[in-house]
Amino acid sequence: MQQTTSTDAPVLRLDRITKTFPGVKALDQVQLGLYPGQVTALIGENGAGKSTLVKILTGIYQPDGGAIYVGDEQVSFPTAQDAAAHGITAIHQETVLFDDLTVAENIFLGHAPKTKWGLIDTKTQTRRATEILRSIGADIDPQTRLRDLGIASKHLVAISRALSIDARVVIMDEPTAALSHKEIHELYDLVDQLKAQGKAILFISHKFDEIFKIADRYTVFRDGQFVADGKIADINEGELVQMMVGRSVDQVFPKRESLLGTEVLQVVGYDHPTEFEGINFKLHRGEILGFYGLVGAGRSEFMQSLFGITKPSKGVTKVDGKITVIRSPAAAVEAGIVYVPEDRGLQGAIRPMPIFQNVSLASLKKTSKNGFIRLAEEFAMAREYTQRLDLRAASLDTPVGNLSGGNQQKVVIAKWLATKPKVIILDEPTKGIDIGSKAAVHDFMAELASQGLAVIMVSSEIPEVLGMSDRVIVMREGRIAAEVSGDDMTPETLVRHAAGIAEA
Amino acid sequence: MSHVERIIPDRLQSPFQKRIKSWESLLLAVAIGIFIANSFASPYFLNAWNLSDATFNFTEKAMIAFAMALLIVAGEIDLSVASIIALSSTAMGAVAQFDVSTLTIVLTGLSVGVICGAFNAILVTVMGLPSIVVTIGTMSLFRGISYIVLGDQAFRGYPRDFAFFGQGYVFWVISFEFVLFVVLAVIYGVLLHKTNFGRAVYAIGNNATGALFSGIRVNRVKFILFVLTGLMSGVAAVCLTSRLGSTRPSIGLGMELEVVTMVVLGGVNILGGSGSIPGVVIAAFVMGMVTFGLGLLNVPGIVMSIFIGALLIGVIALPRLWAMWRK
Repeated sequence: MQQTTSTDAPVLRLDRITKTFPGVKALDQVQLGLYPGQVTALIGENGAGKSTLVKILTGIYQPDGGAIYVGDEQVSFPTAQDAAAHGITAIHQETVLFDDLTVAENIFLGHAPKTKWGLIDTKTQTRRATEILRSIGADIDPQTRLRDLGIASKHLVAISRALSIDARVVIMDEPTAALSHKEIHELYDLVDQLKAQGKAILFISHKFDEIFKIADRYTVFRDGQFVADGKIADINEGELVQMMVGRSVDQVFPKRESLLGTEVLQVVGYDHPTEFEGINFKLHRGEILGFYGLVGAGRSEFMQSLFGITKPSKGVTKVDGKITVIRSPAAAVEAGIVYVPEDRGLQGAIRPMPIFQNVSLASLKKTSKNGFIRLAEEFAMAREYTQRLDLRAASLDTPVGNLSGGNQQKVVIAKWLATKPKVIILDEPTKGIDIGSKAAVHDFMAELASQGLAVIMVSSEIPEVLGMSDRVIVMREGRIAAEVSGDDMTPETLVRHAAGIAEA
Repeated sequence: MSHVERIIPDRLQSPFQKRIKSWESLLLAVAIGIFIANSFASPYFLNAWNLSDATFNFTEKAMIAFAMALLIVAGEIDLSVASIIALSSTAMGAVAQFDVSTLTIVLTGLSVGVICGAFNAILVTVMGLPSIVVTIGTMSLFRGISYIVLGDQAFRGYPRDFAFFGQGYVFWVISFEFVLFVVLAVIYGVLLHKTNFGRAVYAIGNNATGALFSGIRVNRVKFILFVLTGLMSGVAAVCLTSRLGSTRPSIGLGMELEVVTMVVLGGVNILGGSGSIPGVVIAAFVMGMVTFGLGLLNVPGIVMSIFIGALLIGVIALPRLWAMWRK
């Protein structure tokens, strides 16, 4: 293969790529160019379409429109093997490797060298694995089982695996998310080596310091659309943040008077060995408190701990000023704290069960007498709350799984409202649901707050956080990075605190 | 947003319409078919005492099957039930050697059932082990203890009135076991279909994580289900021991297979989440009549066990084959 280091001809080029999912345009005519021997940083908020793009490049998704060029040739990747055959390889956030196989077997799984009998040629496999590992400066014996390696070494194995297919394009999707400081620097060295070998690298990261350290070019996406690209040398952090956040014009949030009531919840000193540390805050009746942060900042983990799913190592919860011990979701519901999870299908709804049974599930005590079900009461409860949420369904005994994502979310919210909670925690309440349902959920949140309910909203969408919240807590790496309210609530401040950028 | 009041109907089909199309209705038709076939196949079938005898083919198994149905609906299983019978029966035989009252013997049998069930429950809910592995282990463990205690011996010498549970009649041809079967069917039917507990069982079987996140005490419900299954194995042990009048360590060997078959034939999804007690009741009659009918035709026991095995696989495979054929 001819490898050049010329900077003007992209080795891989995407032209007007579009990808639509039911109700969402994930990518809208985006473009991207990757150049040999250069690192291109792909920058955008959560939900900007980065992951979708990676999946298109690796043959997992098929674009609905647009073209992919490798060199001058237009190509398509119907399967992951086709993408690999064109020399495109990806190293994911969570590397997919096999603990019980050896390093060499992991590197060559699926494309191992064969003997003339069609069996795996272990000798050649080991030799080539050694070569690849040495080429990236990894001192790992290819015969060790992966289980016996540390996380950083596993990462090197994942990278070796990516290189074993003679890659021209290497995609790194938040490769440093799970690495320590020292390991990150080793990764930077590796990226330099790959550059020197003439490979084109797509580097996805939320950390601005590392983007400026290793990237040569940038491309910015916002809400599935291409915003800008260029050379890193021609731009500064502030400009990048500005492009990334932009101004969202097409979303209107319900206007409301914020009428803060008495304090309903106080969280003091919540710690967890690995997920979060030192969480303190207060919450008032009628308040919407936003929790913003990058994926992996520990927001969901903390909320689930507050809801009694995971145990904190330390921490006190006070509900209405009284210390309340919450060791199970059942105890949380009794204390008036409810949680609408991000993962609706698994944690939110019982999908094979009918709507009315889902709505009453958390308040069976109210619809029953001495533990015996009263169907009429159940239907009455389901009718009341599904009407309040403007649910669309054929009948109340339809399984929840038959509904659209937005309507499933309404059923989950209805279930919690029926318990008459004091605090409702909504984790990414509008993720993956259509615009119409989104607006309904927003309207409803505003209505709940105006009725005196305290709302905690975890969201990674900046317009939503800013549009809905009275106050925003920004989390970074398991800690509260900042608490902002009033005029300080701007997209720039949120992104700065979430990414750990000190000052403009 | 629309401000039109949208009224969602409670149901599109009446509960009766749903019932007509259910597995239980199909099974009932099968049961009637077998009944008619049996009465043609053997002149001895349509006789009140013979029919009464036939019920002993399923009453003890069905008692366990009711609790097992709840357990399987909740997504768990207990394969140690037949071994619990052995251990429970051995314990009853052991205390019976000391001339204790019948009540003491019965309470011993039930307590051993509860303790065995609780042991399974602790391993599954507290330790978080998969129930199929745990109960395969306790299946060997419980019966193994019986073998150690008894070797090739047998316990006999149960008091005279102890025989009532397995051999007594309440009224004419209606046996005590049959009455107990009907009473337990009603209790478990109400428990699964009419109580909050039963609703929690369905929720857990359909999505245990979702149930936990909805504030259901998942482990507590599972614990109770294992203990209930143990208790019902104890009840079955009392009836079976009383009927046989002696205890050997091989008592009830292989019965777990027939119990699970009965539950699955009754329409309970082996993966959890759906099924009904009426279905299990009909399945009990079907299995009882089939084995009894084959017995009247002098079909040997080994062929019957082949039949039970084929029935179990057929019932699990049938819905999937049906779905494949429709595609």
